Amino acid sequence: MDLFFWPVVDILTWGFLTVYLQKVSLNGLNIASTLLGAITFWLIIQMFQNAAAVTFLEDVWEKNFLNIFVAPVKVSEFLTATAILALIRIFLVMIVISIVSMFLYRYSIFSVGIYFAPFIAILMLFAFSIALFNMSIILRYGTSAQTLAFGLIFIFQPFSAVFYPVSALPAIVHPISYLLPSTYVFEGMRQLINFGTVTSSDIYYGLILSLCYVVLMIIFFSRMFARVRIEGRLLKMDS
Amino acid sequence: MINVIETKNLVKKFGDFCAVDDLSLNIEEGKITALLGPNGAGKTTTIQMMLDIITPTSGEIRIFGKPMHENREEILSQLNFSSPYVQLPGNLTVMENLKTFARLYGVKDIKKRIEELADYFEIRNLLKKMTSSLSTGQLTRVNLTKAFLNEPKLLLLDEATASLDPDIADKTRKVLKKIQKERNVSILYTSHNMIEIEELCDKVIFINNGKLREEGTPEELIKRFGHKDLNEVFLEIAREDDK
Repeated sequence: MDLFFWPVVDILTWGFLTVYLQKVSLNGLNIASTLLGAITFWLIIQMFQNAAAVTFLEDVWEKNFLNIFVAPVKVSEFLTATAILALIRIFLVMIVISIVSMFLYRYSIFSVGIYFAPFIAILMLFAFSIALFNMSIILRYGTSAQTLAFGLIFIFQPFSAVFYPVSALPAIVHPISYLLPSTYVFEGMRQLINFGTVTSSDIYYGLILSLCYVVLMIIFFSRMFARVRIEGRLLKMDS
Repeated sequence: MINVIETKNLVKKFGDFCAVDDLSLNIEEGKITALLGPNGAGKTTTIQMMLDIITPTSGEIRIFGKPMHENREEILSQLNFSSPYVQLPGNLTVMENLKTFARLYGVKDIKKRIEELADYFEIRNLLKKMTSSLSTGQLTRVNLTKAFLNEPKLLLLDEATASLDPDIADKTRKVLKKIQKERNVSILYTSHNMIEIEELCDKVIFINNGKLREEGTPEELIKRFGHKDLNEVFLEIAREDDK
């Protein structure tokens, strides 16, 4: 699957971008900031998802997962610790990419002003919900499913309108796009950079959607965990 | 006689396969009890149900007199577990690993506790080493140190001395016996080494095909079966079902 997955995602993403650039007039659009902002925020969502999933996987690879759940640790405490650790890691990543962006391109990720906090919140919540889904699948199917931890996020990239607006996508795909919280962040970011405004309702929709996904995935993880305990698979996750 | 573990009509099925079949057993407080049986007898499944890692199909497990599933965190804080099939993260030092687990168990005065146990299990010189660099014998002693961090009332040791050479295995058993007597820890022990079981255990429970077959002290079982050692008792029970 790896053989085909990455080329297909790349073709989708860059193909839609190409179509968008062919159609649009670039006058008045700050393309450089728009693309840099898009890459930066995409990296945040990607790295947060990876950080959360890899934190979980490290315990599986090290055969330490069982040690943790034989200790008096609740599932909620485990997930909270995973999220906090991912937050710490992404904070360090953000410092590095801020410095590199500013030094090389004179671009600041804080150029979105007061909208930085809600944008980051939406992206991290969405990333965490994807990580929860990955962890649930790995719990159920073992490390043979671990490719998801690194690859699943990229399925959302073409449809999150990261580098181009939703209008550049085929109309049939628009409903899918608007079901992704990340879409509202990237649309909002482009609107802010190029026109100086953000539609507040977009932020609310993004936040509500991402919170809904987190709650859904927590329920999904809990159900998978319960199922894995019934099937006796906690000791077999590294297969 | 107080029982730290009681199982009542415990059943575990994986599809059509019945791994544990109506198992009712009691583990006495303050004793070292061996849970024996051939491979596939249901020992590990039984222990994992006691640890709430596997959900029973039916039946009841009470630990310290309380149902396990409803009092999970309270019970787990008073017991511990060691097995060669579960490892500590190799990219941390021994001290870092022990500190992490001490915090998970809410141990107070962590440094003092680790140093005290490090002397007991002779791992002081290993504390600063990376866990991945340890030999099997060293890892076993570190795992046992981790198992005693929270001053458990109950220890489940699943083949704790497997893969150890006779010298290290003997030393480990002596330390276990000493610490068990001093702290009145109840231990549920599995092993395939019958000489070790005879030396260490106050009581033996044999299971096979998920069912309780025999129980008693090693001496009682040897006398009951008219054999010279526990190994021959094991072989007779294990081969009973083949007939």
